[in-house]
Amino acid sequence: MVALIKRVLLYGLAAALLVFTGYPFLYMLATSFKTQQQFFQSPFSLFTSINLTNYSSVFQMGLSRYFVNSVIISFTSVFLVVLLAALASYPLSRMKFRLNKPLFLLFVSGMMLPVHATLIPTFILTNHLGLYDRLIALVGPYVAFSLPISIFILTQFMKEIPDALEEAARIDGTTDFGVFWRIVLPMSGPALSTVVIYNFIHIWMEFIFALVLINSPENMTLPLGLQKFYGEFSVNVPGLMAALTLATVPVLAVYLVSQEKVIKGLAGGALKG
Amino acid sequence: MSGNTQQAVQSVTGTGAQMTVVPARSSEYRTGRWRKVAVITSFILPALFVYVVYVMYPIVDTLIDSFFAWDGQSTMTFIGFKNYVHLLRDSIFWTALKNNVLVILASVCVQIPLGMVMALILLSPIRGRRIFGTVYFFPFLMSTVAIGLLWTYIFDPLNGPLNHLIRTVGIQNWQIQWLSDPRIAVYAVLLVVVWQYAPFYMILFKAAMVAIPEELYEAASLDGATAWQKFWRITVPLIMPTIVSSAILAIVGSLKSFDLFYIMTGGGPDHATELLGTYMYKAAFVDFNMGYASSIAFSMFLVAFIVTVVIQYLEFVRQRRGG
Repeated sequence: MVALIKRVLLYGLAAALLVFTGYPFLYMLATSFKTQQQFFQSPFSLFTSINLTNYSSVFQMGLSRYFVNSVIISFTSVFLVVLLAALASYPLSRMKFRLNKPLFLLFVSGMMLPVHATLIPTFILTNHLGLYDRLIALVGPYVAFSLPISIFILTQFMKEIPDALEEAARIDGTTDFGVFWRIVLPMSGPALSTVVIYNFIHIWMEFIFALVLINSPENMTLPLGLQKFYGEFSVNVPGLMAALTLATVPVLAVYLVSQEKVIKGLAGGALKG
Repeated sequence: MSGNTQQAVQSVTGTGAQMTVVPARSSEYRTGRWRKVAVITSFILPALFVYVVYVMYPIVDTLIDSFFAWDGQSTMTFIGFKNYVHLLRDSIFWTALKNNVLVILASVCVQIPLGMVMALILLSPIRGRRIFGTVYFFPFLMSTVAIGLLWTYIFDPLNGPLNHLIRTVGIQNWQIQWLSDPRIAVYAVLLVVVWQYAPFYMILFKAAMVAIPEELYEAASLDGATAWQKFWRITVPLIMPTIVSSAILAIVGSLKSFDLFYIMTGGGPDHATELLGTYMYKAAFVDFNMGYASSIAFSMFLVAFIVTVVIQYLEFVRQRRGG
């Protein structure tokens, strides 16, 4: 009897948390399939009819542009972060020199920095460089603020690569870059995928730099575009929910396809540190 | 200690250091040393350059700007510490700081325990664990802007599901103006903060709990320990390092929060939900009071810096005690 009560309580709690975490998604999805009229008649009904017009109209209203911009900026920034962080992590993790530890600490201390402390100078600098309101203006800040966690994850991993391999290559006359490119980098695969996933998702969702550095709609990323949508069409709840769904689906899809990898990637350095 | 045939793997944490020393021929010593400097520089320089331009330099520049009166366009006027004096007397600044502390409290006292409960559920003998685990993680995959907008509608007093639920349960006069009542708005947003980040702590705790050897629980069962005792005597002590690092992540993360509050309330009504971040943003990019905004921004940096130093110190003390 006690065991039964415990079981009921356990399932009850699990179900309550399921509703708490899942219901907002259900509401978003269900509302996105309604016409405005249906929404005002029965705002809480679930999937009475499936109507895809909101999706097409949202796309026509510019969401596709934001989408493309987000894809471009995310891929560019992630590529650069991985390249720069991997290059820097190699000597930081595998070479002995006096400035090693200070440099490492300088990089990883960036993890605790509030972005706001850099916002005004970055805004002014971007203006001076003539990059204001251009998509590439975001690359610098995105790469710079992704470096700390990336270097943290990669140095931890590269330290574990056995020295023997590197020594053998060096005896065969491989250069430092050769060792990095042909041994250390290929062997860092799991850490690299963690870095890619972590940074991709964070850059995909980034808001404040975009808010400060981008102004015209044709250069907006998804988060900024969604906010603009809300400002203009806040009455059109189903339309907005369709936009939110479309913005969320790519990340959810990646997650559903490779759950373990995404979870590991998002936990980033935290799982180890 | 030089020569390009020698490498050392050095552990930053100071444990498990291992070294391989291949003696360098003395004739190679000098060229080897310079070669090494050149190699290290060329590997680190690209990252360091970007980091200095977009992180280090802006922080120093923010500090300098904070001593000026400046609208971002015309010439800057040096005013010494006036911005900071003004800041200390600015009641909105204190409200914002208080709200940042509330975010920290919600993160540490609600979010982390909730994440722990979720992890416990996922590790309990329950049917459909996979589904629970998958859905519990969803909120963490949505962009903060999207979350903010979605919950703005969930909180909508007229058409939102939350007040609808309250109406259905039959307590008509409990219709809550979630985001426009200054006494309630901040807690409403905090609920969303918890919703968004609890799954993150869930996966940290789950990973830590899976690593606990099953034998410990079996031995405790033989001694007649209850589930409650097992949790407090085995699970909690063994996941203590994860609890500590979660708390650190939560505190540091809370100081940075901005997006949700900016989207859902914009710091309103009447600054009731202002954060240091939203206040700084408005001072800089709405009022163009760049000098004053810089003093807020630099205060944020200082708070984060102090918190980090204190945490590092406590961690240092804890490790020296061998705890």
